[in-house]
This record gives sequence, C-alpha cells and structure tokens, in this order.
Amino acid sequence: MVGYEESSGLSRRGLLRAGALLAAVMAVPGRVWAAVTRPDGAFKAEGIDAALASIASDAAVSDQIDLETPDIAENGGTVPVVVNSKLPGTTRVAILVELNPNPLSAIFVVPEGSDAYIETRVKVAQTCNIYALVEAGGQWYQASKETKVTLGGCGG
Amino acid sequence: MAGRIRVRAQLSDGVTEVKALMRHPMETGLRKDADGNAIPANFITEVTATHNDRVVMQAFWGASVSQNPFLACRFTGGAVGDDVTVNWVDNLGETGTGTTKIR
Repeated sequence: MVGYEESSGLSRRGLLRAGALLAAVMAVPGRVWAAVTRPDGAFKAEGIDAALASIASDAAVSDQIDLETPDIAENGGTVPVVVNSKLPGTTRVAILVELNPNPLSAIFVVPEGSDAYIETRVKVAQTCNIYALVEAGGQWYQASKETKVTLGGCGG
Repeated sequence: MAGRIRVRAQLSDGVTEVKALMRHPMETGLRKDADGNAIPANFITEVTATHNDRVVMQAFWGASVSQNPFLACRFTGGAVGDDVTVNWVDNLGETGTGTTKIR
C-alpha cells in the first residue's frame, strides 16, 4: 500500500512537470521567433524551469559569458545587470531572475555590427540566481550568478 | 503622453556606447495600492536603438525591468555627429523617444 502511494506520488509529480514543460513549449510555437516579434508566452512563463524551457532548456554553461551582478543588492527594485558575451556570432541575450513570479525579464536582439554587450537594471523579488542566456551560432549558452537581496523588488 | 528618453552616445576607439534613461513606472500588475486595489500593469515591452535609421539594438522587456529603465549597448560603425535614437513602446501602446548626436 505504502509502495503504491509512493509510486503514484512520483508519477503525479512527473506528470505535472511534463505538463508545465509542454505548456511552456506550446506557448512559444516551435521556439522559432522572428527577430521582430516579442515572445509573449515566454514572458508569461511562471517558475524558472518553465521560463528557461520557453527559451532553451538545453543551454550549456559557458565561461565565455561575462555576467556582472552585485553580490548583495540593498534595493531589489533596481539591480544592475551587465552581460557581455564573448561567444562569436552572438545574436540574442536573455536575462532571467530565478525567483521572480515571471522569471524572464528581458530579451535583446543583437544585430550584426553591434557588440554583445548589454547593461540594464532589473527587479529581484528575493535572494536568488540571475541567469544570462546567450544564443550564438544557433546554440544557446548560459551563465548564472547569485544576488542576495536585503529589500525585495516587488514590494506593494 | 509620449515619454522623453535621455540618450547619450559616446564614441571611443571605434565603438559607440549608447546610454538611455527612460521615464516609466514599469508597473508589474502584481502590486496593490494603499486601499488594496490592484495597480494595473503598465510596462515597456519593446525598445529599439537606431544609428542613422539602422537598428543597433532591439529589446523585448517584461514587467521586471526596473522603474525608469536604464539601457546601455555598444555598436561599431558610428561617427561623431551621427544621430542615435532610442524608442520604446509599452503594453498600453504609449511610446517614448529620444535622440542625440554621437560625441
């Protein structure tokens, strides 16, 4: 009996996870974005797994992405983020905040002739990892760094 | 109410660095006012930077970009005196713009 409950619990979790992934994938048809349209579904994805999956679930960790965020941010409402990709042929850069309600914060389309260098400021709800996803040569790569937040960025 | 953008563009060693500061509340739609009423979402969804009508950076944003957003980017091929323009559009269809000359 106990064994039955355990296995059913596991499979239910697995199903939920698969469902979330499926929903995320369906929200962004084929993961093919024209360079001019905003991927609204990816911005609405809830939870870091779904948000990452909506862009690229198979992004390899790369040390060629410079991701600068403060170790400790006093005000989570304005956390500076600098992404500088040294990967040749970088075409897109995405910034995600792990524990925000909608983790995807921004996507930048880098045209030929522009540096893969971006500086902006984001809200960080609580201490968590900030991710930079970079598309270069048709492949996605990622880097992440933890930022401790002493005052949350989504206060009401 | 079209918003103004403060833009600076500085040429250094062949690379132009663009810095833009936009005035915008960037409301997530998740916050409540003092009476407990939800404050409607109002955030910039798209930003475009152009150099003499050539797009040098395009950005899609969610509501978690900070209030009064800041954006810096870099491109090659600019010359002193060229125009650099930054435009934004928000989820309500409002727009903002700012232009400067490369220094």
